[in-house]
Order: sequence, then structure tokens, then C-alpha cells
Amino acid sequence: MTNHWIDIRNSDVVLVMGSNAAENHPISFHYVLEAKEHGAKILSVDPRFTRTSARADIYAPLRSGTDIAFLGGMINYILNNDLYHKEYLQLHTNATFLVDPRFRMPGDLDGLFSGYNTAKRSYDKSTWDFQRDADGVPKSDPSLQDPNCVFQLLKKHFSRYTPEVVSGITGTPVKKLEEIYRTYGASGKPGKAATIMYAMGWTQHTVGTQNIRTMAIIQLLLGNIGVAGGGVNALRGESNVQGSTDHCLLFHILPGYLPTPKASLKDLTTYIKKTTPTTNDPQSANWWGNRGKYITSLLRAHFDTGLGAADEFGYQLLPKLDDGQNASWLMLFDKMIRDQVKGFFAWGQNPACSGSNANKVREALSRLDWMVAVNLFDNETASFWKGPGMDPAKIDTEVFFLPVAASFEKEGSITNSGRWAQWRYRAVKPLGDSRPDSEIMTELQYRVAKRYRDEGGAFPDPILKLSWNYGFRMPDGRLQELDIHAVAKEINGYFLTDKVVKGKAFRKGDLVPSFAYLQDDGSTSSGNWLYCQSYNGHGNNMARRSHKDPSGIGLYPEWAWCWPVNRRILYNRASVNADGVPWNSQRPVIWWTGSGWKGDVPDGGWKPLSQPGTRKSFIMLPDGVASIFGAKMKEGPFPEHYEPLESPIKNNPLSGTRTNPAMKLFYEGAEKLPEDVYYSNDKRYPFVATTYRVTEHWQTGVMSRNTPWLLEMQPQLFVEMSPELAADRAIGHGDMVKVSSGRGSVEAVAIVTRRFRPFKIEGATIHQVGLPWCFGWETKNAGDSANLLTPTAGDANTMIPETKAFMVNVEKLS
Amino acid sequence: MKRKAFLIDTTRCTACRSCQVACKQWNKLDAEATVNRGSYENPPDLTPLLYNQIHFIEQEQGDDLRWLFINRRCMHCADAGCVKVCPSAGALYHTKEGLVAYNREKCIECHYCVSGCPFDVPRYDAKQKVTKCHACSDRVQNGLLPACAKACPTQALSFGDRDQLIAEAKAAGKKLYGENDLGGLGVLYVLDDEPGTYRLPKNPAIPASIFFWKDVVKPLGILGFWGAVGVAALHYVTIGPKKLDDADDQPRKGGE
Amino acid sequence: MQLNRRGFLKFSGGAVAGSVLGIGLKAAEAEAQPLAIQYARETTTICPYCAVGCGLIVHSRGGEVINTEGDPDHPINRGTLCSKGASIYQLRHNDKRVTEPMYRAKGSNQWQKVSWDWALEQIAERIKTTRDATFMEKNSKGQVVNRTDAIASVGSAALDNEECYLLQKLLRSWGLVYIEHQARI
Repeated sequence: MTNHWIDIRNSDVVLVMGSNAAENHPISFHYVLEAKEHGAKILSVDPRFTRTSARADIYAPLRSGTDIAFLGGMINYILNNDLYHKEYLQLHTNATFLVDPRFRMPGDLDGLFSGYNTAKRSYDKSTWDFQRDADGVPKSDPSLQDPNCVFQLLKKHFSRYTPEVVSGITGTPVKKLEEIYRTYGASGKPGKAATIMYAMGWTQHTVGTQNIRTMAIIQLLLGNIGVAGGGVNALRGESNVQGSTDHCLLFHILPGYLPTPKASLKDLTTYIKKTTPTTNDPQSANWWGNRGKYITSLLRAHFDTGLGAADEFGYQLLPKLDDGQNASWLMLFDKMIRDQVKGFFAWGQNPACSGSNANKVREALSRLDWMVAVNLFDNETASFWKGPGMDPAKIDTEVFFLPVAASFEKEGSITNSGRWAQWRYRAVKPLGDSRPDSEIMTELQYRVAKRYRDEGGAFPDPILKLSWNYGFRMPDGRLQELDIHAVAKEINGYFLTDKVVKGKAFRKGDLVPSFAYLQDDGSTSSGNWLYCQSYNGHGNNMARRSHKDPSGIGLYPEWAWCWPVNRRILYNRASVNADGVPWNSQRPVIWWTGSGWKGDVPDGGWKPLSQPGTRKSFIMLPDGVASIFGAKMKEGPFPEHYEPLESPIKNNPLSGTRTNPAMKLFYEGAEKLPEDVYYSNDKRYPFVATTYRVTEHWQTGVMSRNTPWLLEMQPQLFVEMSPELAADRAIGHGDMVKVSSGRGSVEAVAIVTRRFRPFKIEGATIHQVGLPWCFGWETKNAGDSANLLTPTAGDANTMIPETKAFMVNVEKLS
Repeated sequence: MKRKAFLIDTTRCTACRSCQVACKQWNKLDAEATVNRGSYENPPDLTPLLYNQIHFIEQEQGDDLRWLFINRRCMHCADAGCVKVCPSAGALYHTKEGLVAYNREKCIECHYCVSGCPFDVPRYDAKQKVTKCHACSDRVQNGLLPACAKACPTQALSFGDRDQLIAEAKAAGKKLYGENDLGGLGVLYVLDDEPGTYRLPKNPAIPASIFFWKDVVKPLGILGFWGAVGVAALHYVTIGPKKLDDADDQPRKGGE
Repeated sequence: MQLNRRGFLKFSGGAVAGSVLGIGLKAAEAEAQPLAIQYARETTTICPYCAVGCGLIVHSRGGEVINTEGDPDHPINRGTLCSKGASIYQLRHNDKRVTEPMYRAKGSNQWQKVSWDWALEQIAERIKTTRDATFMEKNSKGQVVNRTDAIASVGSAALDNEECYLLQKLLRSWGLVYIEHQARI
């Protein structure tokens, strides 16, 4: 979230799309209804009428996988009706920038942008760039009139997304589209704010990143980024998925979103040089210019501090990917099913149910030599060898199950969706012989290191030089007890030598006050620069419990701690005009007093944009402004509608380019696997399907199917469908049905409901069904995972699987 | 002590069902085995282990659809049929706060309260003792909110001084159900439609014969002499057809 | 004597009903009931389910959880909870929680209970053996990569921040690059 949960109450319009907040983030609805009480309009856009829709002012249905068309139509509406916030666009975005005149768009190239290479399924992006002056600074036209300026290109591109065209793709009645567009577009007035609450309903598509970009463009056009009640707000689904992302349990990034080393980044100097963004614009803060300080401080926290500059502070101890190697989720299991993975940790995760195309995942697990499953409960991953269709006698995978403490049986912090890191205390000892995860990690660290120390082995240095100084070390080298506070402090970082920074003298061993003090000479450590300030000289800021809210807009700056540097609303310098005066005087986030900023921690403390010595308001981007034109995307600088990998229609109504031209296709070429098959516009699988969660369960259900009170309320897999589809297939309410895709099938109870309606798509009737993915065979009579149906396909930019739009058949079971 | 009550504003409910679980957690009520019957609604009815539940009601309005949610539980009536009919003094009673609680040790397992209730609320557990929502009387006596009301994220369920809840709802222009029925219900509703749509009786009433029991037979029971006659009369009342308002005749839409 | 409805009718038929009916007819005043959580230890925590980050209070007595409810001082949830948050008592009082390490041998059709020491020692042995056998100092282009592609890890967004940090640090020290978790899916 750029903003945070409480801030939703500050909105004038709340769009819930790509999420189902009332069901999956129920407490957020306290704030949605508070906004509604103050006159805000609540909009719900979803293929299915949900508990969110039940409380919305306007509900609009859309076919799964057509969000870009829906939102593209909104961009067109905003531009045609002059609803955009012009001054905001000029100050804070690249709308004014002039693009290379050779740049071409899908309207001209049948669905493609200029530079596409069919064989490589990727773009040569050389035309996706700005015209630059002699200093290399992008040229711009503040009047927004130049035909090559971003604004005019945007207008041209989305002029194709008329309500009629959009309705033909999404199945949303034109009247509903216009109602939503008009209501949301009204927030373009300075002083008005609208927010978007989205979640996996947007990310789990082959065009997931572009779904979100489309909305980000809308928010920028309407001046809704940085303001109270605005922002682009991802409602994250697990209690610490924000923190686990920040700490980068991901193949492509190190803690604090630093890129992982790759083979061509052969040494630390090269890494810093090649991965640090540059700018020629003196008004751009280009905060990532600090990359060198952050990676150096990270290395200092990871490895023996005896390693010096000559040792690159241990850079060579980190593993390096091959250039271009994608080690993301879908690739990981693809490699596993091809017998290329021998050992596997499923640490607090249940991929046998959560992985798209779960049959492939389950089969892949059987190819392992060994697996370590760490969890509170047994689950479909740990026990895959006794699952449906498995013959244990033929499965050679050894499995170790390690039972862990529950959240309230240990101490530590977690970070919520609004980036608040909050401390939890231990209420009781771990149940039985279960142990906190951190203790298990410490044991494994010690035991593996001991073997390398005693026996030697392949490149032992990273193992032997890893620092693990989190408590009193006993004579045999074991930690007597892991002190989780010592870990939290290491994440924050220390001064490793006496040092004067910004006129302040620090002693060796002092905690670093905040990331502005981190150094690239090895004199500071910080396990994660983004969390530098979380645990400093003031103590454990994550444990703070003050109710002070001087802002009056619900920032609660002394409750817990929030990254970065306790800034509660990101990009908040876009909430003011060039003189530092808030667009909304009633709900100001920050304001310029003449000598300094008041309110939230400003996103860059420089003077207002009209004053000399200022820096632009989007400090993390090299151009200093928000990207309406986003050349970093794989499939184009503007979003374009493409059909899901599996779609009910033969052609993309907008162009001859049917699916995302830059996504990886698995079921192609000589090495394709039958598991990855897909069927588009195929009579055998005529119905659109989507997956979702329910209030009563959590993720794959391991922590909710095993809590009887929750299972009592939602005991069994169901499939929701319209009465029309049910009648067509002679399915009665409550009947058991079989739902099948090209990859698997599940048995489910039919819920026949008007909450699903047939869509009119290009004149034809298209049915859609939906299933929750929280069930699994380990729970008796509950049914199995809906991910047995979902395909092996991923977003072109993130490789997040497309589990929200695929094709199935539904039959009544006799 | 001012009379306390619940105010259930159905227009704020998101059917998250924290009320169902928070109640079970505080009152330590086990879960029951259920199946999906083509509905989110589960368990299907109040049970000895389920003191309150959310009904899910789908309703078409022209092109639009409404999904209505309502929390169902003991109504804590002032003129409570169950208390009236209960032959064991102190088994069912009004607390100082005006809520209908019970003392299971005094319950004589007669089940009369079941028939005396116009809302079909009391249940008997495995030990044949009465159970139902008692508004967490232990919490309320100690100054805490009932578990369900405390847990409710959207203030669909609020609890407080009855007069004040009524005054605030009226000031906000909301129409109330239960203000005057049965001496004034201890559970007031803000509804978005007719009571029948929510499976509520339009004019809830205790069967007339219960008055006969309460006001004529029961006092005479002191004499002992009339006791058996009284019970026979009650037998007629309780076994005879219990007529609720036509709430159940509302067509139940698919997928509720 | 079991007094179900039928039994009672029979019972009253014996005209002994007076003993049942003949005492005070006025509503009884409740005796003050003790509060189950009185004098319990209160510990604040944050809900382990979604990422709203609601505060909870865990009441415990004698080292055991006796009650869990919303933290009224928490500015986000103000004492409220959803159904999942309201259920965390059952994460503790739950006979399905695994409380001892288990091992499933090759070809076996069952779990067996094992000691922590044995399990951790076996796992350490597997890590080292697999790592040593598959470690790549250089890739096919001759570039230094120092990694193994033969061990992978997924998880977890259910870990605390400190644990996430420790886990990635540990896995990367072993040379893993196939490190993924819930955020990708």
C-alpha cells in the first residue's frame, strides 16, 4: 500500500476491484464504511457479486481477465471529459515528456508496440524512450499539446477503448461502465481523493503488472497519489507477506529490494556501477543512487566483519545467477519435475495446494530426494506421498517434518500491508516440542557449518564466514539461546567503527539512526536498509503503542514503526502544489511552513518545487516524476488488453494479438510437458473460471481447515454458477459436480446463484464459474485444491501465475 | 441499572461472522461437523453450540441484486415467552441489565421455553440443559461488551443502553424493528426491507395461551393443587401448532 | 432421574409439580459471576492471518492460553476482529498441531516420530551432501557463480521479519538461488 488501512476513511470514492476486501480483509471495511458514512461512494467491480458488492453503492460485473479493458475505458472517459488534474500531471508525472517520434502503438501495429521480436517474444525498447536535450534530460511540453508528448500518446492509445468496445470485451453493461467511470472520475477535482483496493484479482494474470499500471495511470491522471484517501493500495494476504517481500525471500532481490548478484556482475564495484540508476537531471533526487551504501551495509551484516574492502566485504560469498536466469516459482517446479532439484524446503508454505497447476507441483515433489516441511500442521505438501493418485511405495522422497511455534508462542515483528512493522510478544511457550522457526534456522546453521568446518567441502567460505551473532555462544560454538532482538538490531544496522556522519559523532556499536546515515566504506552494517530506523537509539520502535494522531487523518506516527523512515503515506510530496500548499486543506498530509515541512515525514525533505534547490517528488525514480509512460514494462510502456492464456473467445476484439506477446509460453517447443497443456476457445472447456478466498479460510487452509470453528462455517469446496448455466447443465442447487480443466479436476458442491450472471461477450453468451482454493485432500470430505485446475502461465514481468482466469467444464456427478 | 440491548444494523453487516466465532471462543463452544448445502450459511440453524448465526439472503431487485445479512440470536425480550413459561424459578431470568440469561443448574429439562419462544431460539444440549445467547452476561456484569459485539468490525452489532441506542438510531433517521414488540426487544434491528425478508416475524407475539399459563395457571401453581392441570394446559400450548408470522414463507432464493 | 419433556409430563402427572412450581415467581437476580479472564496474564500480539495487522490480546494462566480477543488499544481494529482473528485460540487448543518432529522414509507409507537432534542432524547431512555434489563454482560460460540449483526453498510470509531475514541469509550462504515464497503467487 502506498497509504495504509486507516487512511481509507479519508477517501471520497473507494474502488474495490481485483480484491474482495469485505471478505478477505474484513477489518478494512470498518474504514470503507466510515468513508461511506462521510459521503464516499463505494464501487465494487468483480466477476461475481460478493460480500463487498453487498455493501457497495455500485456493483459492476466483468469477465475475468479483462481489467485492462475496463480501466482503459476509464482512462478514455477521464481524458474525453477533462476530468484529469492538469496541474498535478504537469508537476508530478512524465505526462509532459516527449517520446521518441519513432515510437508506435498497438492501434497502428495490430496490438503490438514498436520493436517486437516474434522469435524472442520480447521487445527491442530503443524507441520506448524520451527525447532528450543536450544534457540528457528528457524534453517536455508543459502545455501537454505536443503530439509526441506522453499525454497525447496516452489519449490516442486509449481512444480505442470506447464504452461499446470495452463492454464487448468485459461483458459489463455500458450503463454500468459509465456510472463507475463518472463516479470515480469525479475525484480528479483538486481536494478530492479516490482509492483503489486491489489484491490477487489483479496480480494473478498474465497481464497482472499492467492491470496495476492501468490503475496507477488513472490515479496519476486524477491526482490521487500521495494524498490522504488516495494511493494504489495492494491488500496483502498474509500477515507478513509485506515483510517477507521486504526481506526478499525471492530469487531476484536481496533485502531492501537490491538486485541479486548475477554472473556478469563479477565484483562489488561492477555490481554497484551496473545496478545504480543514474540521472542527468539536477532536480532528480534519484534515491537509488545510494545503492552502494545499501549493498555494502547488507554485506557487512551478512558476513564476518573481518572482511574488508579488499575482500569486497564478502560480495563473492553470495551466489550469483546466470544472466537471464529466471528462478521464480513456476520455473522452480518446472526444474523439479525435470529431476533437476534434489532437496527442497517447504518452510511455512503448502505448494501442493497453493501452486498453480497443483498436479504438476505434486508430481514434481515426488522427484525429490529429500524435503523438509516446516509447519504447524501436517499438510498436502508434507504428506504428498500419500495423496490422491500417489503410491507411497514408489515414491523415494524422504520427508522431514519440523513442527513450529505459533505466532503467539514466540517473539518478533511482522509488517502489515500499510508497511507498519509491529512487534509481537510471546504469550506462552511453544506447544509440546514445537520450536520457533528462528531456533530451527540457528540449529541448521550450526550443524551445517560444523560439518564444513570438520570435514571441508565445496566452497565452505560463505558458510564459515556467515555472521550469526545473536546470543551467547557456548564453548562448542552453539548459541545458548537466539536473541531475536539481536536479529532485529542487525537488520537496523550498527556503526562498525567510530564515525562522524552529517556532523554527528557515532561510536562503534551504536545503532544507526536511519538509512540516511549508512555508508559505502564498510563503516556501517544494515541487514535491510529499508528497516534502518526500526530499532535504533530510541529503542524498538516497532513496539511503540502511542495513540497520538496530531495529523487528524489517522497517521498514528508513534504507533509501531513504518518503512521508510516512518513515512505513513508514500509520495506525499505529490499531495501539495509547487508552493507546498496541500491540494486538500481539510485532509493535508504535509505542508510547507516557509521554513520546513509539517505533517507526515515528507517523501524527500527538499523545499517545494517552486523554490531553488528543490528535488522532484518521486525520489525513487531517476526522472523524479511518476511514470505514466513506463518503459520498464516487458509488454509495453502503456497497458494494452490481451486475453488470458485460456480464454473463451477466438480473437482479441481489440487487435490481432491475442495474448500477452511478452509472456513465457510453457507448452511450446520440443521440451514441452503434457502437464502444461492449455485449451483456449475449446468446446471441451467452455466456461471461464476463477479462484478466490473466503472470509472463513486462509490461503490453502492449513491454518483454517484445522481450526474447527472456521471449518464449521465453510466445510467444503463449492463452485458458484449462475442459474442459467446450472439449468443448461441440469445442475441443481447443492448438487455435487465435477469441475475439470485440461490439467485436473475437483469435485465440488454447486452453489447456484444470481451472484454470477452470464456475460454477453462479442454478442455471444459466456458463462463464468468460481471456486475457492482453500481446500485440500487432507481435510476429510472437504474436497481438493482449486489449483488442480489452474494453468502454468505467468505474468510477463513477475511470473505470478494466472490463477484468476482459465477455462473449465462443469458436469453434474451422478 | 439501565436496560441494555443489542442494536443490529444490517446495513453495516459484511457477514464476516466474527460474531459466530467470538461467541464460541468466549463461551468455549465446540465446532460441529457441517456440510455445504449450497450456501455460505453454516451451521444451518442455531444449535446448543451455536448461540448466534448470520443468515445470508439473496434478493433480486429488477436488474440489481441484493445480498442481505442478518445476525440471528435470542431477542432478549422484555416480555419473554421463555421466562414466562419456565416452571423452574431462576432457570431462565432477566438480569439486572434486562437480558435473558439462565442458570443451567436450575433447568429442569422441560423444554417449555422452546415452545414459549416466538423466535425459535432456546436449544437443549447433550446434558438436556437449556442453552442460548445470554448476551455474555458474565462479561456484561463485569463491564465488558458481549464477545460478539466487541468483535464486530463494522459496528453492525452494537451493545449498550437501550434508550440511547434507540435515540441514536432515530437521530440518524433509521427505522427500528423491535422497539415495542414483546415489551420491547433486547435486540433491535435496522433493516433494509420488510422483516419477512429477513426471516423475522412482522409482529412477534407469544402464543396467547402462554399468558394464560403465566398469569393464571402459574401463580396458582403455588397451591400445588393446580399444578398438574397447569402442565396439562401448557402441554396443549406447547404441542399445539406454534404459529410464527409468515417469515418462513418467504421464497428462499438460490445460493443464499 | 432424567427429566426430558416426556418424563416431566409424567412426573407432573403425579401432582408433585407444586414442588417445582411453588417457589418464587419473580425474575431471579443474577449472582455476580466471576470473569474467566480476571487476573490472567495479558500479552499483546498481531493476528497471524491477513495483512491488515490487527492487534490481539492473549490471556493466559499457568502457561496456557485461556482466551484471545481483539486489542481495544490497537488503532486499526480497536478491539474488533474477523472470524479468523477471533479463532486463534484454536491454533493453540488443537489436537492437530504437530508437536514432535516426524520422518517419512523412502517408499514408506507412514510418518514416524523422531527426535529433534536426529532430524536436524539428518537434514544437515542431506544439505551438505546435495550441496557438495551439485555445487557450481563456474557456469558454462566460465563465470564465477558459486551456487547450487539442486536445492530450492519456498516460504514464508508466515514468518516474522527477523526469521525472513535469517532464512534468506542462511539459504544464500548455502548457495541457493531458487528461493521463493507466497509473494510470487
